Amino acid sequence: MIVLENFFQSLIAGLLIGSLYGLMCVGLGLIFGLMRVINFAQGEFLMLGMYGAFYVFSWFGLSGILGPVLAALVSSLFSFGLGWIIHQFLLSNSTGRAVAGTEGDGHYQQLILTLGVSLVLANGALLVFGNLPLSIRTPYASQAWELGPLADDGMLMFFFNQARVMALLAAVVITGATYLFISRSRIGKTLRAAADNPDAATYMGIDVTRAHRISFSLGVAITAIAGGLVASYYPFQPYIGLEFVVIMYAGVVLGGLGSIMGPFWGGLIIGIVQQLSALVLPMQLQNGTIFVLFLLVILFRPQGLFGKNVERV
Amino acid sequence: MQLLRNNIYAQLGIFAFVYLTSTFFIDDNYFRFVLSTVPIWAIMGISWNIFSGYTGLVSFGHAAFFGIGAYTVVILSMTFGISPMIGIPLGCVGGLIGGILIGYPTFRLRGVYFALAMLAYPLTLLYIFEWMGYQEPTIPMRTGDEAFWHMQFENPFYNIVVSVVLMSLAIWVSHKIHSSRFGLSLTAIKQNEAAAESAGLDSAKWKMRAIMVSGALAGLAGGWYAALVLVVTPNSVFGMLTSSQAMIVTLFGGVSTVWGPVVGSLVLIPTSEIIQATVGEKLHGIHGVLLGVAIILMMLFAPDGILTKLKSLVFRSNKHADAGTPEVTVPVRDDTASKRSLSSEIMLDVRGLSVSFGGLQAVADVSFQVHKGEVLGIIGPNGAGKTTLFNLLNGFIPASAGEIIFADTNLVGLKPNQVCRLGVGRTFQVARPFSRLSVLENVIVGAFAKDADDETARKHALEALGRVGMLGHAEVLAGGLNSLELRLMELARVLAGRPDLLLMDETLAGLGADEVEIMLSTLNHLADQGQSIVIIEHTMQAMVRLVDRFIVLNHGSVLAAGEPAAVMKDPLVIEAYLGKKWVNNAEH
Repeated sequence: MIVLENFFQSLIAGLLIGSLYGLMCVGLGLIFGLMRVINFAQGEFLMLGMYGAFYVFSWFGLSGILGPVLAALVSSLFSFGLGWIIHQFLLSNSTGRAVAGTEGDGHYQQLILTLGVSLVLANGALLVFGNLPLSIRTPYASQAWELGPLADDGMLMFFFNQARVMALLAAVVITGATYLFISRSRIGKTLRAAADNPDAATYMGIDVTRAHRISFSLGVAITAIAGGLVASYYPFQPYIGLEFVVIMYAGVVLGGLGSIMGPFWGGLIIGIVQQLSALVLPMQLQNGTIFVLFLLVILFRPQGLFGKNVERV
Repeated sequence: MQLLRNNIYAQLGIFAFVYLTSTFFIDDNYFRFVLSTVPIWAIMGISWNIFSGYTGLVSFGHAAFFGIGAYTVVILSMTFGISPMIGIPLGCVGGLIGGILIGYPTFRLRGVYFALAMLAYPLTLLYIFEWMGYQEPTIPMRTGDEAFWHMQFENPFYNIVVSVVLMSLAIWVSHKIHSSRFGLSLTAIKQNEAAAESAGLDSAKWKMRAIMVSGALAGLAGGWYAALVLVVTPNSVFGMLTSSQAMIVTLFGGVSTVWGPVVGSLVLIPTSEIIQATVGEKLHGIHGVLLGVAIILMMLFAPDGILTKLKSLVFRSNKHADAGTPEVTVPVRDDTASKRSLSSEIMLDVRGLSVSFGGLQAVADVSFQVHKGEVLGIIGPNGAGKTTLFNLLNGFIPASAGEIIFADTNLVGLKPNQVCRLGVGRTFQVARPFSRLSVLENVIVGAFAKDADDETARKHALEALGRVGMLGHAEVLAGGLNSLELRLMELARVLAGRPDLLLMDETLAGLGADEVEIMLSTLNHLADQGQSIVIIEHTMQAMVRLVDRFIVLNHGSVLAAGEPAAVMKDPLVIEAYLGKKWVNNAEH
């Protein structure tokens, strides 16, 4: 019985953290999965989302169970603008139509540019915010809704941390909204066309550079929202991006490049595997399992668990 | 100056002398230490460059090899008291084996998938080493005579010397690769893998060699790093920073160059340390910010690296000097020479060859023979299966049934590079040049298939260029050629491998009328010299003046075969080309 209880409690924890991994993967999925732009600064955008949400939360004196969610959403406007600026001034020459069909599709430049951006942002944050760990403090971070006991002997009792449940709900809603936006709206269709074939899209009268800029900024903003939500119960500091960037890439590849929902499922699976592996494996190997899973998927099913097409020679 | 440009030993000698002399003017122990780490990062950069720079497969995971080298040295020293003098070479071997183990499953992946898989290896190792309890293994301090044997030098100058010696070794290896078929083959594979394969390069083998050398060098860097700093942690050797440092110094200095990684490391490592030591104490993070800004500016203004930028500034004037377009020289056909003699000897015997894609039978039970010295034309309407037939012959597509007997060997199941090296060369419907290599280099790659020696390959390449009248273009970049020149260069690339049989896929497609004439007379000239050729076309007119015999394909099977005149009157052929109506017209 205790095994079962532990299992379900870990599963719950996995779902709660996994949904946030999923949301940040959706953001990266727009940038990397759809447009194939290698962005190493995504972890830092996540980190800035955390600080942004933190300051919006305290400056506006937000409160209530929706406070952190609101703070994350408001601060994501700033992230969207930051993404816009970075794309406009740094990335536009090494992405999209500018490099379509060139050697490596501009990946070298993107790689180094975004590594540079990541260094500037992480260390700039250290310079501005200091290295003291912060977190958005609400009473809900330490309160839980209870379920059970479901068994007669008082066993099978489950706890749902309130802040995390709110974060999960927000993550699901935002993922759904993003999916609808990309698949249904006119702008979304433009973005997909521009990502799929920059040249053909240009001939159809689409401003590809602008479409890329919107996708990039949107990807940055969505990951930043995920960061803001994580911040509602998890302490953070300027270097936290590194912790998440690999998980994000793993999630995107796991779910399959090029789809919107794929990365969300990928992130969710990573969260669940991470939490469940803690039941049977020592602490140090918990993150190792993610990478082993990632490697297995990439080697045996490179199109991802939910992807459709494989890249060909 | 000329000597310096071409002689790697002179370059290395001067570099080592200047570097070591300059250390005498530094009496700060910390900066002496920094000077002994600069070459380590240069080696890492070189290692990354040999693999990623030349193959184009971006590796985010070179920390894996670095860490293997470092842990080999530390564990051997800590547990068995074995000196780094032995440990470092073993670390090298460890890196090499790591390269094989990682390369073997990972080379199947392409592009971003490869890059991301590489990201996962060092991180997996990181957690495994942490779990095994190697959080902070330390090389025990030695004293007296033992210290020297264990590379724990009292005089920090010795450390710098060891660093410079190891880096010189790495530079030498890199130079060897750069200036030999190793580098040229990898560059060709990077630019067009299919073309490289059909030119006889075994791409899997070359990539594997590259990752082995690269892994060994990174193991070397890691091993010496461990011996130098004495303490390693999983994060300091397997962490993301190690991999990105290797990439950054290389891309900053100049990718695919010998000295690029060295220059990158010389500029970036001391700069970042100086900033850290001066303002970094007071303003936490400023050093990362400045380094990041430097990298960003660098990428915006010199995306190919600082060395490449400097080179282009210095040599710019030279490039403009040799302007002017070279002409293609057309071989004059000797009409008095005896007509080509058809031999009865069978060179290629295709029996019942078939393949289908899904439900579509693209090639169905095709049989034909090519005689020695013959020019055989394969014609047929669009979609008749002509190119698919070639793809079967040279191994791009595995046949589902049938045999291809060439020189007593069944070609079915062989890889394109094996088919090429047996003596069957091919060109492509859409020309596939190695765009960023010169015409001569393109052709040299073709010669590698037969020549074990680089000089001989060069000689044969020049010969082949002469045969197609392209000698004047030898130094031109292939990316700047027009379509006739591209066709001719591709032809030269195949000829350089001295094939017994030449497969040419729609060589006349996209050429103007004059250009078709040049191509025809070049091909006729080759045929007169005894070259056996199979050529695909869908237009008949030009072909009649070239071929000895036609095969007509339609819907994947042989419709007719025989002398040009007979085939052109065959009602079945006319019907396939023009429709039933014209069959009647032709009869009248």
